Amino acid sequence: MGDPVTFIAQWLENLLLGWGLSPQWVTILMTIIGVAAIAIFVLLVDILLVWVERKVVARFQDRLGPNRLGPFGLIQPIADVIKLLIKEDITPIGADRIVYNLPPIIALATVLMLWAVIPLAPTIVGTDLDVGVLYVVALGAFGTLGIIMAGWASNNKYALIGAFRTVAQMVSYEVPMVISLMVPVLLAGTMGINSIVFAQSPVWYVVVAPVAALILFISAIAELGRAPFDLAEAESEIVAGFHIEYTGMKFGMFYAGELLHALTISGLVASLFLGGWRGPGAEAYPILGVVYFFMKAFFLYWAIMWIKYSLPRIRIDHMLNFNWKFLTPLALIVLIVTAILDKLFAGFPEWLYVVGMLLANLVIIWLTVQILRNRAKVERKRVAEPGPIAAPQNPSVSSTSS
Amino acid sequence: MSGLQIIFILVAALTLGAGLLAVTVRNLVHAALWLILALFGVAIFFVLLNAGFLAVAQVVVYIGAIAILMIFAIMLTQQVASYKGTQLNANWIWSAFIAVVVFAGLAWILSSWSGFSTLPPEMSARADPLRQLGSALVSPTAYVIPFEVASVLLLAALIGAIIIAWDRK
Repeated sequence: MGDPVTFIAQWLENLLLGWGLSPQWVTILMTIIGVAAIAIFVLLVDILLVWVERKVVARFQDRLGPNRLGPFGLIQPIADVIKLLIKEDITPIGADRIVYNLPPIIALATVLMLWAVIPLAPTIVGTDLDVGVLYVVALGAFGTLGIIMAGWASNNKYALIGAFRTVAQMVSYEVPMVISLMVPVLLAGTMGINSIVFAQSPVWYVVVAPVAALILFISAIAELGRAPFDLAEAESEIVAGFHIEYTGMKFGMFYAGELLHALTISGLVASLFLGGWRGPGAEAYPILGVVYFFMKAFFLYWAIMWIKYSLPRIRIDHMLNFNWKFLTPLALIVLIVTAILDKLFAGFPEWLYVVGMLLANLVIIWLTVQILRNRAKVERKRVAEPGPIAAPQNPSVSSTSS
Repeated sequence: MSGLQIIFILVAALTLGAGLLAVTVRNLVHAALWLILALFGVAIFFVLLNAGFLAVAQVVVYIGAIAILMIFAIMLTQQVASYKGTQLNANWIWSAFIAVVVFAGLAWILSSWSGFSTLPPEMSARADPLRQLGSALVSPTAYVIPFEVASVLLLAALIGAIIIAWDRK
């Protein structure tokens, strides 16, 4: 009784078989029903996310947030959806119609497709693809493509600048993201996400590889385009970036896609490093796994919001420097160290393996902090030095002209 | 005709059509987008052949990196949408000739190939092609030398890029 989803699926399958459908068609129908069920569930969660986001940001900014419609303003997101649906749909003059209308669909669809490989419980998983981790990266590529298309087709210079920034950011941050994704793959010996969750016993991978978890989390926030990496939108400089020209539900789909993407990435990081659906009793009662999964996913989602509303936007050269000169080398070092230690500790008892890995990570963190401290010292010295005294470049020219 | 064959024909038509449009449309950004569709069609072929890893790698490398860089470069060029000149240059006759010769050669080679009538071998459920590919890439009896040569080449390109961008003070 702890596994209602599998129970309902079995019941439905037997019912369809009882109607005389061939097993082949039953499989196809069950797949379609499964896809529809998870998509609808995720989109309903998405509507709730609008409320969560607004409420949390309000608390961070010492406000109340939506509180008029329904208890705690819970009906507010529904009103938002209705507002978006009845707004006028504008296509700017000179826009490339088809290329302009595709990106909102891509933005939401790629995020929904991610849920195909994220395990909600040991038995509730779309598909345990044997290249699950790479599948996630591939879908990220489509997300980038959607943003470029939106920026170009809008026929707006701000949208194009936003798209350019997005490409620079997403293509760069994909590198440390992929490298840090390889660490759980290496530890579990598989790329299937559900298999990785199964492999996280007795400890979660965040204990074995905390640095990789942190790198993945940071690069995932950059991939999401959330603050402090929200240069692609940068309301104060380029108004809204790539989605400046989109109105009504087309904008709504970008917005929904962004919120859902944040939760999806949180779920992914939770699955890879925080044990996904793992928790007391989850193996025996899979429905508990769903609860644990969403608890962990929402905790990380809250952390993303916390970072978003606490940090100012990072400048573009700092953003790229941070990626290429800090995250990428660090991720490479962590991957190499993890690979070597994984082989060295292979014959050791479990607890020694975990402690060894954790110590290695702590050493890496300590060395990183030392190097950063030295760099900061040099940088501070350079900044503190008195600059050259301002003087006219060519005094003779300036005197004759005046 | 099985369902798989119908899907294959549809995807093949999509890939070829997209490829043709990629070289014929006048708008460069549209050409790049059609190219992406053609590359995606190839990824679907890999899926149909049970090669999930190659399909995903195709998307990551070709669509995620190469195509996006191409679009980036195209967006920085002038007149992407309003170019009115000819789409052929003086050498079109020679390239057409070479294309025909290569196509005829391939057709001639493939006409004597027995692969068209053989059925794909049934994959056992426990087969792990990804693991086999991984060990083949580092096994001394298989592909370790090409793999390492490719790695060194990429590393050299990486270092070269750093040297070019190095700000010598």
